[in-house]
Amino acid sequence: MTVAERSMGLGLRALNRLAGSEVVDRLGVRKPAERALYRATRDGFKVVGRTGRTFAAAQRLGRPARPRPAGSGSGLFDLTPDDEQQMLVEAWRDFASARLRPAAGPAEKGEGNAEVFAEANELGLTMLGVPEELGGAISERSAVTAVLAAEALSHGDAGLTVGALAPAGVATALALWGDADQQATYLPALVGEDVPAAAVAVAEPRALFDPVKRLETVARPQAGGFVISGEKALVPRASDAELLLVAARIEGRGTAGLFLVEPSDGGVLVKDEPAMGLRGARLGRLVLQDAPVGRGALLAEGDPKVFAELIARSRLAWAAVAAGVSKAVLDYVIPYANERIAFGEPISHRQAVAFTISNIAVEQEGLRLVTLKAASRADQEKDFAREAALARSLALRHGMQIGSDGVQILGGAGYITEHPVERWYRDLRAAGLMEGVLVV
Amino acid sequence: MINLETPKKFGPLIAQARQVADEVFRPISRRYDREEHARPKELDMLAALVDGMNDGSDMGGAGAAGVRRSKNGDGPQGNRNGSNLSTALSIIELCRGDVGLLLSMPRQGLGNSAIASVADDEQLERFAGQWAAMAITEPEAGSDSAAIRTTAVRDGDEYVLNGEKIYVTAGERADLVVVWATLDRAKGRGAIKSFVVERSNPGLKLDRLEHKLGIRASDTAAFTLQDCRVPKENLLGPPEIAESTGGFAGAMQTFDNTRPLVAAMAVGLTRACLEETRKLLADAGVEPDWDAPEATQVAAAAEYLQMDADYEAAYLLTLQAAWMADNGKPNSLQASLAKAKAGRTCVDVALRCVALAGTLGYGESMLLEKWARDAKILDIFEGTQQIQLLIIARQLLGLSSAQLR
Repeated sequence: MTVAERSMGLGLRALNRLAGSEVVDRLGVRKPAERALYRATRDGFKVVGRTGRTFAAAQRLGRPARPRPAGSGSGLFDLTPDDEQQMLVEAWRDFASARLRPAAGPAEKGEGNAEVFAEANELGLTMLGVPEELGGAISERSAVTAVLAAEALSHGDAGLTVGALAPAGVATALALWGDADQQATYLPALVGEDVPAAAVAVAEPRALFDPVKRLETVARPQAGGFVISGEKALVPRASDAELLLVAARIEGRGTAGLFLVEPSDGGVLVKDEPAMGLRGARLGRLVLQDAPVGRGALLAEGDPKVFAELIARSRLAWAAVAAGVSKAVLDYVIPYANERIAFGEPISHRQAVAFTISNIAVEQEGLRLVTLKAASRADQEKDFAREAALARSLALRHGMQIGSDGVQILGGAGYITEHPVERWYRDLRAAGLMEGVLVV
Repeated sequence: MINLETPKKFGPLIAQARQVADEVFRPISRRYDREEHARPKELDMLAALVDGMNDGSDMGGAGAAGVRRSKNGDGPQGNRNGSNLSTALSIIELCRGDVGLLLSMPRQGLGNSAIASVADDEQLERFAGQWAAMAITEPEAGSDSAAIRTTAVRDGDEYVLNGEKIYVTAGERADLVVVWATLDRAKGRGAIKSFVVERSNPGLKLDRLEHKLGIRASDTAAFTLQDCRVPKENLLGPPEIAESTGGFAGAMQTFDNTRPLVAAMAVGLTRACLEETRKLLADAGVEPDWDAPEATQVAAAAEYLQMDADYEAAYLLTLQAAWMADNGKPNSLQASLAKAKAGRTCVDVALRCVALAGTLGYGESMLLEKWARDAKILDIFEGTQQIQLLIIARQLLGLSSAQLR
């Protein structure tokens, strides 16, 4: 019996991928000097913006493979991750602290991002939502595991995490809703060694954007498929993207659907679109001008329920990112407040400072629990629309406040890029407003 | 396996508590709010029912005594959903009905929780089946419970208690009062002990009952202890004066167990407000849309969504603290996280719901205005919001009470 069969469905393959990864090997024991050496001697990163890849179905299953709904286990309330999840979380945490945190600053300026994304691929992140039959790591739905991943990695850096997890979002969507052809065409590459840059592109550059009701990107039916036109904002790794899952209103139906778009087929223009934060994700603006896709590009036949669920799952992923960054803030301000002396004693001895820290802890923990509840409901195939909306609301309001409080506790020092809190201030503002991109 | 759903095995318990809330508490809520200090006789029969729920095998308890921690090693290994969790869940349901009436439930006093937490087996048996109130606060010592002045002096086989106690919930109606007193004021926290005093003890004099903002169904008593003699066997916990603050920490441990329960009260009241407000909003043609961004919804729907989100966070923090207690994990931090979040959320939500409902919310024709008055005590007793933030900060920052005051 495989690990996948007997537990949450998180198979040995993800663990194997991890165990075999040089990244983890070296991170486990490396000292700072070794780390520097490691960076210097590492293989050069892959060519950026390559167009050589063609996605083609090598072997297809007769019907699509799906992760099974998770059982409710014993049905008991339980906050303990299972053993596999615990092992993965520890590996992600190591990667976040040893690799993402030091890389975060340079990555904001576009330095070293591709290298980090390549290393992150070695962690098998794209396999977390894909069944074993399709080369993934799971047999049961694993939104909880994906939440734990987003949270643990974001503790290191949100921008790099978003860039690293973006292809996993497309892979998870294909696993959940792709047909046999779509799965056979794209998943082998997404779960392979050389993971293509890919992203779920939903958000549009408009105030009061509503992905369900006010999508302006439109897919017009034409012979053999559709042409898609519209603009997508803040898409991670946009200029390198080889595969996009684009949200568009389906002309003639009045509902929204998700289309698999290969930018190399033409009709897709990209430009950099740097934002307040998440700069490590290399955000870009996409302009689709009659981008052609085949009839088989539409996911789940344009089922509006699938569309709504993808939106909810992406909001959950963003809530998990907010929880991870908020925890980073908390972990950073605690030693700072204890060490910083003012008026003859550590500032932590003052209630105004101490209570601010308490409030960060209260709201961070609440956000985390609501996010986990939504994810565990998703895995059990229970309706989780409400819980996802609540997690987003907490991420939107309290995430912002935690980002602000983090800077405030450091005062002037918090405003200087020498400390990461100003970056977290910028990153946390994103969590409640982004749509798409990540999927748990 | 991570699962935050309400455990199925507590389904019947929750359903029962919900029925009590709807069919016993709600119909008499307004009456006992108006008739402050009248004893809600309806609860006597109900208390027997709760006693029955408590005896419900491994389902865990539903009442104040459910906080007794299982000793290490007994019970099955692995994840446990026990009486801390079941008690929290049933309190949530009952307080969705009425907080004041829950506090007036015979044999469900805070003193019962204290006894359950720290009494030895002999005491537990001796005080079984009695209603115990808790007397900590004094006119000169509220949140600063280490500053209490009530003294206990050993005299042969008895202790003699002298002092003044206020804000004793259920003090008039209870059979027992657990009184905090110091063996030696010069020795600080380590000298503070709790004593079980029979309500009929002639040395325990009821001075008055308070008139309050809310929870009027619950009596709040003030006592004078005048040469009040109690048998030495009525001291809870070790009789020695602790050199360090350890002894006091032991007494305070009661609060690790009861804070999640008070948080549960706040969660229940919050849920009542939200359910009522959701109906009123629906009548007015407003429904929250889970799929739409907050900013695109009408203000009332977005506000509801925000309140519901804070409610859910408070609810899960409360279950987490109770679950940790069931599993023998130290939960002092999580208990305070829960109490801090639930306390402020219930006040915030209750007051906002009154405003959303307008004159309907403010008038006495509905219960929203009453819940908004009741709510405030939940952010005060069992450790105010500020005390919770202090506890949280001291733990996170690793600071003593001398460093972070």
